[in-house]
Amino acid sequence: MTAAARTRSVAGAWPVAVAFVAFVIAWQLVVALGRLPAFILPTPAEVAARFVRAWTDGTIWPHFVTTVSEVGLGFAAGSAIGVIVGYGLARFGVLARIASPYLVAAQAVPILAIAPLLSLWFGTGLLAKVVVCGLIVFFPVAVATMVGIREVDRGLLELARSLRASRRRVLLDVELPAALPVILGGLRVGVTLAVVGAIVGEWAGPDRGLGVLINLARGSLFDTPLLFATLVTIALLGIVAYGLVVLAERRLVGVR
Amino acid sequence: MTSVERRAGVLAASDVRVAFGSTVALDGLSLEAARGEIVALIGPNGCGKSTFLRVAAGLLRPDRGEVTLDGEPISRPDPRIGLVFQEPRLLPWRSVADNVGWPLELAGWARAPRAERVGELIDLVGLRGSERLRPAQLSGGMRQRAALARTLALSPEVLLLDEPFSALDALTRERLNLELLRLHADTGMTIVVVSHSIPEAILLADRVLVLTPRPGRVAAEVRIDAGHPRSLETLDVAFVSDAAAEIRRHLQTGAAAA
Repeated sequence: MTAAARTRSVAGAWPVAVAFVAFVIAWQLVVALGRLPAFILPTPAEVAARFVRAWTDGTIWPHFVTTVSEVGLGFAAGSAIGVIVGYGLARFGVLARIASPYLVAAQAVPILAIAPLLSLWFGTGLLAKVVVCGLIVFFPVAVATMVGIREVDRGLLELARSLRASRRRVLLDVELPAALPVILGGLRVGVTLAVVGAIVGEWAGPDRGLGVLINLARGSLFDTPLLFATLVTIALLGIVAYGLVVLAERRLVGVR
Repeated sequence: MTSVERRAGVLAASDVRVAFGSTVALDGLSLEAARGEIVALIGPNGCGKSTFLRVAAGLLRPDRGEVTLDGEPISRPDPRIGLVFQEPRLLPWRSVADNVGWPLELAGWARAPRAERVGELIDLVGLRGSERLRPAQLSGGMRQRAALARTLALSPEVLLLDEPFSALDALTRERLNLELLRLHADTGMTIVVVSHSIPEAILLADRVLVLTPRPGRVAAEVRIDAGHPRSLETLDVAFVSDAAAEIRRHLQTGAAAA
Protein backbone atom coordinates (compact mmCIF):
# COMPACT_ATOMS: atom_id res chain seq x y z
CA MET A 1 0.00 0.00 0.00
CA THR A 2 1.35 3.44 -0.85
CA ALA A 3 1.43 6.26 1.70
CA ALA A 4 -1.35 8.06 -0.18
CA ALA A 5 -3.54 4.96 -0.18
CA ARG A 6 -2.91 4.49 3.54
CA THR A 7 -3.92 8.09 4.26
CA ARG A 8 -7.05 7.58 2.19
CA SER A 9 -8.03 4.40 4.01
CA VAL A 10 -7.45 6.04 7.43
CA ALA A 11 -9.57 9.00 6.35
CA GLY A 12 -12.15 6.56 5.02
CA ALA A 13 -12.26 4.76 8.39
CA TRP A 14 -13.60 7.86 10.21
CA PRO A 15 -17.20 7.76 8.97
CA VAL A 16 -17.26 4.02 9.66
CA ALA A 17 -16.14 4.54 13.26
CA VAL A 18 -18.59 7.40 13.78
CA ALA A 19 -21.45 5.32 12.38
CA PHE A 20 -20.55 2.44 14.68
CA VAL A 21 -20.51 4.67 17.77
CA ALA A 22 -23.87 6.15 16.74
CA PHE A 23 -25.28 2.64 16.32
CA VAL A 24 -24.15 1.61 19.83
CA ILE A 25 -25.56 4.83 21.36
CA ALA A 26 -28.91 4.33 19.59
CA TRP A 27 -29.04 0.74 20.85
CA GLN A 28 -28.31 1.90 24.41
CA LEU A 29 -31.02 4.58 24.12
CA VAL A 30 -33.63 2.09 22.90
CA VAL A 31 -32.97 -0.14 25.93
CA ALA A 32 -32.95 2.81 28.38
CA LEU A 33 -36.01 4.65 27.02
CA GLY A 34 -38.03 1.47 26.52
CA ARG A 35 -36.99 0.15 29.96
CA LEU A 36 -36.38 -3.20 28.28
CA PRO A 37 -35.24 -6.10 30.49
CA ALA A 38 -32.05 -7.92 29.50
CA PHE A 39 -33.90 -11.04 28.31
CA ILE A 40 -35.69 -8.94 25.66
CA LEU A 41 -32.82 -6.71 24.61
CA PRO A 42 -29.57 -6.48 26.60
CA THR A 43 -27.51 -3.27 26.49
CA PRO A 44 -24.39 -3.09 24.33
CA ALA A 45 -22.29 -3.17 27.52
CA GLU A 46 -23.98 -6.37 28.71
CA VAL A 47 -23.48 -7.99 25.33
CA ALA A 48 -19.85 -6.88 25.20
CA ALA A 49 -19.20 -8.26 28.69
CA ARG A 50 -20.93 -11.55 27.86
CA PHE A 51 -18.99 -11.73 24.56
CA VAL A 52 -15.65 -11.39 26.35
CA ARG A 53 -16.63 -13.91 29.03
CA ALA A 54 -17.94 -16.46 26.50
CA TRP A 55 -14.66 -16.24 24.62
CA THR A 56 -12.42 -16.39 27.70
CA ASP A 57 -14.21 -19.21 29.53
CA GLY A 58 -14.31 -21.40 26.40
CA THR A 59 -18.09 -21.36 25.89
CA ILE A 60 -17.92 -20.19 22.30
CA TRP A 61 -14.62 -21.67 21.10
CA PRO A 62 -15.67 -25.28 20.21
CA HIS A 63 -18.85 -24.01 18.51
CA PHE A 64 -16.85 -21.40 16.64
CA VAL A 65 -14.33 -23.96 15.38
CA THR A 66 -17.15 -26.21 14.14
CA THR A 67 -18.91 -23.41 12.30
CA VAL A 68 -15.71 -22.05 10.76
CA SER A 69 -14.82 -25.48 9.36
CA GLU A 70 -18.32 -25.90 7.94
CA VAL A 71 -18.16 -22.47 6.32
CA GLY A 72 -14.66 -23.08 4.95
CA LEU A 73 -15.39 -26.51 3.52
CA GLY A 74 -18.89 -25.62 2.29
CA PHE A 75 -17.68 -22.44 0.62
CA ALA A 76 -14.75 -24.21 -1.04
CA ALA A 77 -16.89 -27.10 -2.31
CA GLY A 78 -19.88 -24.94 -3.33
CA SER A 79 -17.78 -22.39 -5.19
CA ALA A 80 -15.58 -25.00 -6.92
CA ILE A 81 -18.63 -26.88 -8.20
CA GLY A 82 -20.35 -23.55 -8.96
CA VAL A 83 -17.47 -22.38 -11.17
CA ILE A 84 -17.34 -25.70 -13.05
CA VAL A 85 -21.11 -25.88 -13.59
CA GLY A 86 -21.32 -22.16 -14.46
CA TYR A 87 -18.62 -22.64 -17.10
CA GLY A 88 -20.52 -25.59 -18.56
CA LEU A 89 -23.76 -23.58 -18.64
CA ALA A 90 -22.04 -20.72 -20.45
CA ARG A 91 -20.27 -22.84 -23.05
CA PHE A 92 -22.83 -25.55 -23.77
CA GLY A 93 -26.23 -24.09 -24.62
CA VAL A 94 -27.99 -27.47 -24.42
CA LEU A 95 -26.76 -27.97 -20.88
CA ALA A 96 -28.05 -24.51 -19.91
CA ARG A 97 -31.49 -25.25 -21.35
CA ILE A 98 -31.73 -28.64 -19.64
CA ALA A 99 -30.31 -27.68 -16.25
CA SER A 100 -31.59 -24.12 -15.69
CA PRO A 101 -35.12 -25.05 -14.47
CA TYR A 102 -33.70 -27.48 -11.91
CA LEU A 103 -31.13 -24.98 -10.70
CA VAL A 104 -33.71 -22.23 -10.29
CA ALA A 105 -36.15 -24.64 -8.61
CA ALA A 106 -33.46 -25.82 -6.21
CA GLN A 107 -32.68 -22.21 -5.42
CA ALA A 108 -36.36 -21.33 -4.87
CA VAL A 109 -36.86 -24.10 -2.29
CA PRO A 110 -36.09 -22.62 1.15
CA ILE A 111 -32.86 -24.08 2.45
CA LEU A 112 -34.49 -24.11 5.90
CA ALA A 113 -36.99 -26.69 4.63
CA ILE A 114 -34.49 -29.09 3.13
CA ALA A 115 -31.85 -28.83 5.87
CA PRO A 116 -33.56 -31.47 8.07
CA LEU A 117 -33.81 -33.75 5.03
CA LEU A 118 -30.11 -33.33 4.36
CA SER A 119 -29.22 -34.27 7.92
CA LEU A 120 -31.40 -37.36 7.45
CA TRP A 121 -29.42 -38.27 4.34
CA PHE A 122 -25.94 -37.26 5.39
CA GLY A 123 -26.10 -37.78 9.15
CA THR A 124 -25.81 -35.26 11.94
CA GLY A 125 -22.06 -34.77 11.53
CA LEU A 126 -20.00 -32.26 9.58
CA LEU A 127 -20.98 -33.54 6.12
CA ALA A 128 -24.66 -32.53 6.26
CA LYS A 129 -23.76 -28.95 7.23
CA VAL A 130 -21.08 -28.73 4.55
CA VAL A 131 -23.70 -29.85 2.03
CA VAL A 132 -26.22 -27.20 3.17
CA CYS A 133 -23.49 -24.59 3.09
CA GLY A 134 -22.22 -25.72 -0.32
CA LEU A 135 -25.73 -25.74 -1.81
CA ILE A 136 -26.40 -22.18 -0.77
CA VAL A 137 -23.00 -20.99 -2.07
CA PHE A 138 -23.31 -22.89 -5.33
CA PHE A 139 -26.07 -20.86 -6.98
CA PRO A 140 -24.68 -17.30 -6.92
CA VAL A 141 -21.23 -18.58 -7.92
CA ALA A 142 -22.60 -20.69 -10.80
CA VAL A 143 -24.71 -17.81 -12.11
CA ALA A 144 -21.85 -15.31 -11.81
CA THR A 145 -19.48 -17.67 -13.61
CA MET A 146 -22.00 -18.28 -16.37
CA VAL A 147 -22.55 -14.56 -16.91
CA GLY A 148 -18.81 -13.80 -16.68
CA ILE A 149 -17.82 -16.46 -19.20
CA ARG A 150 -20.63 -15.54 -21.60
CA GLU A 151 -19.51 -11.93 -21.58
CA VAL A 152 -15.89 -12.66 -22.51
CA ASP A 153 -14.94 -10.40 -25.44
CA ARG A 154 -15.49 -12.41 -28.64
CA GLY A 155 -12.68 -10.50 -30.26
CA LEU A 156 -10.23 -11.97 -27.76
CA LEU A 157 -11.58 -15.47 -28.39
CA GLU A 158 -11.16 -14.98 -32.13
CA LEU A 159 -7.63 -13.71 -31.55
CA ALA A 160 -6.86 -16.81 -29.48
CA ARG A 161 -8.21 -18.98 -32.29
CA SER A 162 -6.07 -17.16 -34.86
CA LEU A 163 -3.04 -17.92 -32.66
CA ARG A 164 -4.05 -21.61 -32.48
CA ALA A 165 -4.52 -21.57 -28.70
CA SER A 166 -5.63 -24.91 -27.23
CA ARG A 167 -8.94 -25.21 -25.34
CA ARG A 168 -6.99 -25.28 -22.09
CA ARG A 169 -4.96 -22.16 -22.90
CA VAL A 170 -8.10 -20.29 -23.96
CA LEU A 171 -9.60 -21.17 -20.57
CA LEU A 172 -6.52 -20.21 -18.55
CA ASP A 173 -5.25 -17.25 -20.59
CA VAL A 174 -8.50 -15.63 -21.72
CA GLU A 175 -11.76 -16.90 -20.27
CA LEU A 176 -10.91 -17.18 -16.58
CA PRO A 177 -8.97 -13.91 -16.29
CA ALA A 178 -11.66 -12.07 -18.27
CA ALA A 179 -14.49 -13.51 -16.17
CA LEU A 180 -12.62 -13.24 -12.87
CA PRO A 181 -14.12 -9.91 -11.67
CA VAL A 182 -17.65 -11.24 -12.23
CA ILE A 183 -16.86 -14.63 -10.65
CA LEU A 184 -15.39 -12.86 -7.63
CA GLY A 185 -18.62 -10.85 -7.34
CA GLY A 186 -20.46 -14.17 -7.06
CA LEU A 187 -17.97 -15.38 -4.46
CA ARG A 188 -18.60 -12.24 -2.39
CA VAL A 189 -22.31 -13.02 -2.27
CA GLY A 190 -21.55 -16.70 -1.75
CA VAL A 191 -19.24 -16.25 1.22
CA THR A 192 -21.80 -14.40 3.32
CA LEU A 193 -24.45 -16.95 2.37
CA ALA A 194 -22.01 -19.69 3.44
CA VAL A 195 -22.21 -18.40 7.02
CA VAL A 196 -26.02 -18.37 6.87
CA GLY A 197 -25.96 -21.88 5.39
CA ALA A 198 -23.79 -23.22 8.19
CA ILE A 199 -26.06 -21.77 10.91
CA VAL A 200 -29.21 -23.08 9.19
CA GLY A 201 -27.58 -26.49 8.83
CA GLU A 202 -26.74 -26.53 12.54
CA TRP A 203 -30.34 -25.83 13.54
CA ALA A 204 -31.38 -29.07 11.90
CA GLY A 205 -29.16 -31.31 13.99
CA PRO A 206 -28.20 -31.54 17.65
CA ASP A 207 -24.47 -31.13 17.56
CA ARG A 208 -22.01 -28.30 17.89
CA GLY A 209 -21.73 -24.94 16.20
CA LEU A 210 -22.73 -21.32 16.64
CA GLY A 211 -26.25 -22.13 15.41
CA VAL A 212 -26.58 -24.72 18.15
CA LEU A 213 -25.29 -22.21 20.69
CA ILE A 214 -27.97 -19.73 19.58
CA ASN A 215 -30.64 -22.35 20.22
CA LEU A 216 -29.08 -23.24 23.59
CA ALA A 217 -28.84 -19.62 24.70
CA ARG A 218 -32.40 -18.88 23.70
CA GLY A 219 -34.07 -22.11 24.80
CA SER A 220 -32.47 -24.00 27.64
CA LEU A 221 -30.04 -21.42 29.05
CA PHE A 222 -32.38 -18.45 28.66
CA ASP A 223 -29.23 -16.32 28.32
CA THR A 224 -30.14 -13.50 25.90
CA PRO A 225 -26.77 -11.69 26.28
CA LEU A 226 -25.07 -14.95 25.22
CA LEU A 227 -27.46 -15.16 22.26
CA PHE A 228 -26.39 -11.66 21.25
CA ALA A 229 -22.71 -12.42 21.88
CA THR A 230 -23.09 -15.40 19.51
CA LEU A 231 -24.81 -13.22 16.89
CA VAL A 232 -21.91 -10.75 17.15
CA THR A 233 -19.50 -13.64 16.63
CA ILE A 234 -21.41 -14.80 13.55
CA ALA A 235 -21.51 -11.26 12.18
CA LEU A 236 -17.75 -10.88 12.73
CA LEU A 237 -17.14 -14.22 11.05
CA GLY A 238 -19.16 -13.06 8.04
CA ILE A 239 -17.30 -9.75 7.88
CA VAL A 240 -13.90 -11.42 8.07
CA ALA A 241 -14.82 -14.04 5.44
CA TYR A 242 -16.15 -11.31 3.15
CA GLY A 243 -13.02 -9.25 3.78
CA LEU A 244 -10.84 -12.20 2.76
CA VAL A 245 -12.67 -12.50 -0.57
CA VAL A 246 -12.36 -8.75 -1.17
CA LEU A 247 -8.67 -8.99 -0.33
CA ALA A 248 -8.25 -11.86 -2.77
CA GLU A 249 -10.10 -9.78 -5.35
CA ARG A 250 -7.74 -6.84 -4.85
CA ARG A 251 -4.74 -9.10 -5.24
CA LEU A 252 -6.12 -10.78 -8.37
CA VAL A 253 -7.77 -7.99 -10.31
CA GLY A 254 -6.76 -4.79 -8.56
CA VAL A 255 -3.96 -4.23 -11.04
CA ARG A 256 -6.21 -3.70 -14.05
CA MET B 1 -1.82 -10.26 -62.60
CA THR B 2 1.76 -10.81 -61.54
CA SER B 3 3.30 -14.11 -62.56
CA VAL B 4 3.34 -16.69 -59.79
CA GLU B 5 6.67 -16.85 -58.07
CA ARG B 6 7.44 -20.32 -56.77
CA ARG B 7 8.66 -19.08 -53.41
CA ALA B 8 7.12 -18.82 -49.97
CA GLY B 9 4.51 -16.18 -49.26
CA VAL B 10 2.29 -16.32 -52.34
CA LEU B 11 -1.31 -15.81 -51.32
CA ALA B 12 -4.00 -16.59 -53.85
CA ALA B 13 -7.77 -16.63 -53.71
CA SER B 14 -9.88 -18.25 -56.39
CA ASP B 15 -13.60 -17.86 -56.82
CA VAL B 16 -14.29 -17.37 -53.10
CA ARG B 17 -17.91 -17.22 -52.01
CA VAL B 18 -19.02 -16.63 -48.42
CA ALA B 19 -22.64 -16.24 -47.39
CA PHE B 20 -24.06 -15.59 -43.94
CA GLY B 21 -27.58 -16.93 -44.21
CA SER B 22 -29.16 -15.06 -47.10
CA THR B 23 -26.52 -12.31 -47.06
CA VAL B 24 -23.80 -13.01 -49.60
CA ALA B 25 -20.65 -11.24 -48.42
CA LEU B 26 -18.25 -12.43 -51.12
CA ASP B 27 -18.98 -14.02 -54.46
CA GLY B 28 -16.45 -14.99 -57.10
CA LEU B 29 -13.57 -13.16 -55.46
CA SER B 30 -10.20 -14.02 -56.99
CA LEU B 31 -6.92 -12.31 -56.36
CA GLU B 32 -3.27 -13.00 -55.92
CA ALA B 33 -0.50 -11.39 -53.91
CA ALA B 34 3.04 -12.23 -54.97
CA ARG B 35 5.83 -12.74 -52.50
CA GLY B 36 6.81 -9.45 -50.94
CA GLU B 37 4.04 -7.56 -52.65
CA ILE B 38 1.74 -5.12 -50.87
CA VAL B 39 -1.84 -5.37 -52.03
CA ALA B 40 -4.50 -3.00 -50.76
CA LEU B 41 -8.18 -3.94 -50.86
CA ILE B 42 -10.46 -0.97 -51.02
CA GLY B 43 -14.20 -0.84 -51.24
CA PRO B 44 -17.37 0.46 -49.63
CA ASN B 45 -18.49 -0.71 -46.20
CA GLY B 46 -20.00 -4.17 -46.21
CA CYS B 47 -18.21 -5.34 -49.35
CA GLY B 48 -16.72 -8.26 -47.46
CA LYS B 49 -13.13 -6.98 -47.12
CA SER B 50 -12.86 -8.16 -43.50
CA THR B 51 -14.63 -11.40 -44.40
CA PHE B 52 -11.97 -12.09 -46.99
CA LEU B 53 -9.19 -11.54 -44.45
CA ARG B 54 -10.92 -13.99 -42.06
CA VAL B 55 -10.97 -16.60 -44.81
CA ALA B 56 -7.32 -15.93 -45.64
CA ALA B 57 -6.41 -16.20 -41.93
CA GLY B 58 -8.11 -19.59 -41.70
CA LEU B 59 -10.79 -18.33 -39.30
CA LEU B 60 -13.67 -18.81 -41.72
CA ARG B 61 -14.36 -21.56 -44.27
CA PRO B 62 -15.60 -20.26 -47.62
CA ASP B 63 -18.75 -21.81 -49.02
CA ARG B 64 -17.04 -22.14 -52.38
CA GLY B 65 -13.54 -21.56 -53.73
CA GLU B 66 -10.38 -21.42 -51.66
CA VAL B 67 -7.52 -19.27 -50.50
CA THR B 68 -4.11 -20.85 -50.86
CA LEU B 69 -0.68 -20.10 -49.45
CA ASP B 70 2.04 -21.31 -51.81
CA GLY B 71 -0.54 -23.54 -53.45
CA GLU B 72 -1.83 -25.21 -50.26
CA PRO B 73 -5.42 -24.45 -49.28
CA ILE B 74 -5.80 -22.64 -45.96
CA SER B 75 -8.33 -24.43 -43.79
CA ARG B 76 -7.25 -23.39 -40.32
CA PRO B 77 -5.12 -20.64 -38.70
CA ASP B 78 -1.52 -21.02 -39.82
CA PRO B 79 1.60 -19.53 -38.17
CA ARG B 80 2.83 -18.41 -41.60
CA ILE B 81 -0.09 -16.01 -41.81
CA GLY B 82 -0.49 -13.18 -39.32
CA LEU B 83 -3.65 -11.12 -38.92
CA VAL B 84 -3.81 -7.64 -37.39
CA PHE B 85 -7.37 -6.82 -36.38
CA GLN B 86 -9.04 -3.46 -36.62
CA GLU B 87 -8.96 -3.21 -32.81
CA PRO B 88 -5.76 -4.00 -30.88
CA ARG B 89 -7.41 -6.87 -28.92
CA LEU B 90 -4.76 -6.87 -26.21
CA LEU B 91 -5.33 -8.89 -23.05
CA PRO B 92 -6.00 -6.09 -20.52
CA TRP B 93 -4.51 -8.03 -17.59
CA ARG B 94 -1.18 -8.62 -19.31
CA SER B 95 1.69 -6.17 -19.79
CA VAL B 96 2.69 -5.06 -23.28
CA ALA B 97 5.61 -7.51 -23.25
CA ASP B 98 3.41 -10.41 -22.13
CA ASN B 99 0.86 -9.57 -24.81
CA VAL B 100 3.54 -9.45 -27.49
CA GLY B 101 5.00 -12.74 -26.25
CA TRP B 102 1.65 -14.53 -25.99
CA PRO B 103 1.80 -16.20 -29.45
CA LEU B 104 5.26 -17.50 -28.51
CA GLU B 105 3.90 -18.89 -25.22
CA LEU B 106 1.09 -20.58 -27.10
CA ALA B 107 3.59 -22.02 -29.56
CA GLY B 108 5.54 -23.47 -26.64
CA TRP B 109 8.65 -21.26 -26.67
CA ALA B 110 10.83 -21.46 -23.54
CA ARG B 111 11.16 -18.40 -21.34
CA ALA B 112 14.65 -17.26 -22.36
CA PRO B 113 14.29 -17.26 -26.17
CA ARG B 114 10.83 -15.79 -25.72
CA ALA B 115 12.16 -12.87 -23.69
CA GLU B 116 14.83 -12.24 -26.32
CA ARG B 117 12.35 -12.30 -29.19
CA VAL B 118 9.93 -10.03 -27.30
CA GLY B 119 12.80 -7.58 -26.78
CA GLU B 120 13.48 -7.50 -30.53
CA LEU B 121 9.81 -6.99 -31.33
CA ILE B 122 9.45 -4.20 -28.78
CA ASP B 123 12.38 -2.41 -30.43
CA LEU B 124 11.01 -3.11 -33.89
CA VAL B 125 7.71 -1.32 -33.23
CA GLY B 126 9.23 1.41 -31.04
CA LEU B 127 7.71 0.45 -27.69
CA ARG B 128 10.96 0.33 -25.72
CA GLY B 129 10.28 1.75 -22.26
CA SER B 130 6.59 0.85 -22.34
CA GLU B 131 6.92 -2.93 -22.23
CA ARG B 132 5.93 -3.17 -18.54
CA LEU B 133 2.79 -1.04 -18.98
CA ARG B 134 -0.70 -2.44 -19.30
CA PRO B 135 -2.81 -1.79 -22.42
CA ALA B 136 -5.05 0.66 -20.52
CA GLN B 137 -2.00 2.87 -19.90
CA LEU B 138 -1.16 3.14 -23.60
CA SER B 139 -2.35 5.54 -26.31
CA GLY B 140 -4.34 4.13 -29.21
CA GLY B 141 -1.31 4.22 -31.50
CA MET B 142 0.87 2.40 -28.98
CA ARG B 143 -1.78 -0.29 -28.54
CA GLN B 144 -1.89 -0.92 -32.26
CA ARG B 145 1.93 -1.05 -32.31
CA ALA B 146 1.78 -3.72 -29.63
CA ALA B 147 -0.84 -5.63 -31.63
CA LEU B 148 1.41 -5.42 -34.70
CA ALA B 149 4.41 -6.67 -32.70
CA ARG B 150 2.31 -9.58 -31.41
CA THR B 151 1.35 -10.55 -34.97
CA LEU B 152 4.98 -10.35 -36.07
CA ALA B 153 6.16 -12.54 -33.17
CA LEU B 154 6.09 -15.78 -35.13
CA SER B 155 7.64 -14.15 -38.24
CA PRO B 156 4.72 -14.70 -40.63
CA GLU B 157 5.33 -14.78 -44.38
CA VAL B 158 2.03 -13.08 -45.03
CA LEU B 159 0.69 -10.17 -43.01
CA LEU B 160 -3.03 -9.42 -43.22
CA LEU B 161 -4.16 -6.05 -41.89
CA ASP B 162 -7.82 -5.20 -41.35
CA GLU B 163 -7.99 -1.38 -41.35
CA PRO B 164 -5.45 -1.51 -38.55
CA PHE B 165 -4.99 2.22 -38.06
CA SER B 166 -8.51 3.42 -38.86
CA ALA B 167 -9.32 4.32 -35.25
CA LEU B 168 -6.23 6.54 -34.90
CA ASP B 169 -5.79 10.24 -35.56
CA ALA B 170 -4.47 11.22 -39.01
CA LEU B 171 -0.91 12.04 -37.92
CA THR B 172 -0.45 8.83 -35.92
CA ARG B 173 -1.95 6.89 -38.77
CA GLU B 174 0.49 8.38 -41.27
CA ARG B 175 3.45 7.62 -39.06
CA LEU B 176 2.37 4.02 -38.50
CA ASN B 177 1.83 3.50 -42.21
CA LEU B 178 5.38 4.68 -42.90
CA GLU B 179 6.67 2.34 -40.21
CA LEU B 180 4.74 -0.48 -41.79
CA LEU B 181 6.56 0.25 -45.08
CA ARG B 182 9.88 0.21 -43.24
CA LEU B 183 8.97 -3.14 -41.66
CA HIS B 184 8.04 -4.46 -45.06
CA ALA B 185 11.37 -3.37 -46.48
CA ASP B 186 13.17 -5.17 -43.62
CA THR B 187 11.23 -8.42 -43.72
CA GLY B 188 10.00 -8.83 -47.31
CA MET B 189 6.63 -10.07 -46.08
CA THR B 190 3.68 -10.29 -48.39
CA ILE B 191 1.10 -7.80 -47.14
CA VAL B 192 -2.63 -7.61 -47.81
CA VAL B 193 -4.15 -4.53 -46.23
CA VAL B 194 -7.81 -3.62 -46.12
CA SER B 195 -8.48 0.09 -46.15
CA HIS B 196 -11.20 2.50 -46.97
CA SER B 197 -8.87 5.41 -47.38
CA ILE B 198 -7.69 6.04 -50.93
CA PRO B 199 -4.53 8.01 -49.92
CA GLU B 200 -3.59 5.26 -47.46
CA ALA B 201 -4.01 2.57 -50.11
CA ILE B 202 -1.86 4.54 -52.56
CA LEU B 203 0.84 5.21 -50.00
CA LEU B 204 1.15 1.55 -49.04
CA ALA B 205 0.32 -0.61 -52.00
CA ASP B 206 1.98 -1.89 -55.13
CA ARG B 207 -1.50 -2.69 -56.38
CA VAL B 208 -4.87 -1.46 -55.21
CA LEU B 209 -7.79 -3.82 -55.79
CA VAL B 210 -11.17 -2.11 -55.88
CA LEU B 211 -13.98 -4.35 -54.62
CA THR B 212 -17.63 -4.16 -55.60
CA PRO B 213 -20.34 -3.59 -52.99
CA ARG B 214 -21.92 -6.71 -51.51
CA PRO B 215 -21.32 -9.34 -52.70
CA GLY B 216 -17.66 -8.38 -52.93
CA ARG B 217 -15.43 -9.30 -55.84
CA VAL B 218 -12.54 -7.54 -57.56
CA ALA B 219 -13.91 -4.85 -59.87
CA ALA B 220 -10.64 -3.25 -60.94
CA GLU B 221 -6.94 -3.21 -60.32
CA VAL B 222 -4.89 -0.02 -60.11
CA ARG B 223 -1.11 -0.34 -60.14
CA ILE B 224 0.84 2.12 -58.05
CA ASP B 225 4.10 2.35 -59.96
CA ALA B 226 6.08 4.17 -57.34
CA GLY B 227 9.22 2.49 -56.11
CA HIS B 228 10.21 1.71 -52.56
CA PRO B 229 11.22 3.08 -50.10
CA ARG B 230 8.31 5.49 -50.15
CA SER B 231 7.71 8.52 -48.08
CA LEU B 232 4.97 11.12 -48.11
CA GLU B 233 7.35 13.46 -49.96
CA THR B 234 8.53 11.04 -52.63
CA LEU B 235 5.02 10.22 -53.80
CA ASP B 236 4.63 12.53 -56.75
CA VAL B 237 1.57 14.72 -56.38
CA ALA B 238 0.30 14.48 -59.95
CA PHE B 239 0.78 10.74 -59.96
CA VAL B 240 -1.03 10.30 -56.65
CA SER B 241 -4.00 12.36 -57.77
CA ASP B 242 -4.20 10.42 -61.06
CA ALA B 243 -4.23 7.11 -59.18
CA ALA B 244 -6.75 8.45 -56.69
CA ALA B 245 -9.03 9.63 -59.49
CA GLU B 246 -8.85 6.24 -61.15
CA ILE B 247 -9.65 4.38 -57.91
CA ARG B 248 -12.52 6.72 -57.20
CA ARG B 249 -13.90 6.23 -60.70
CA HIS B 250 -13.83 2.43 -60.22
CA LEU B 251 -15.49 2.74 -56.82
CA GLN B 252 -18.28 4.79 -58.37
CA THR B 253 -18.74 2.42 -61.31
CA GLY B 254 -18.87 -0.49 -58.88
CA ALA B 255 -21.47 1.27 -56.79
CA ALA B 256 -23.55 2.15 -59.87
CA ALA B 257 -23.42 -1.44 -61.10
CA ALA B 258 -24.76 -2.75 -57.81
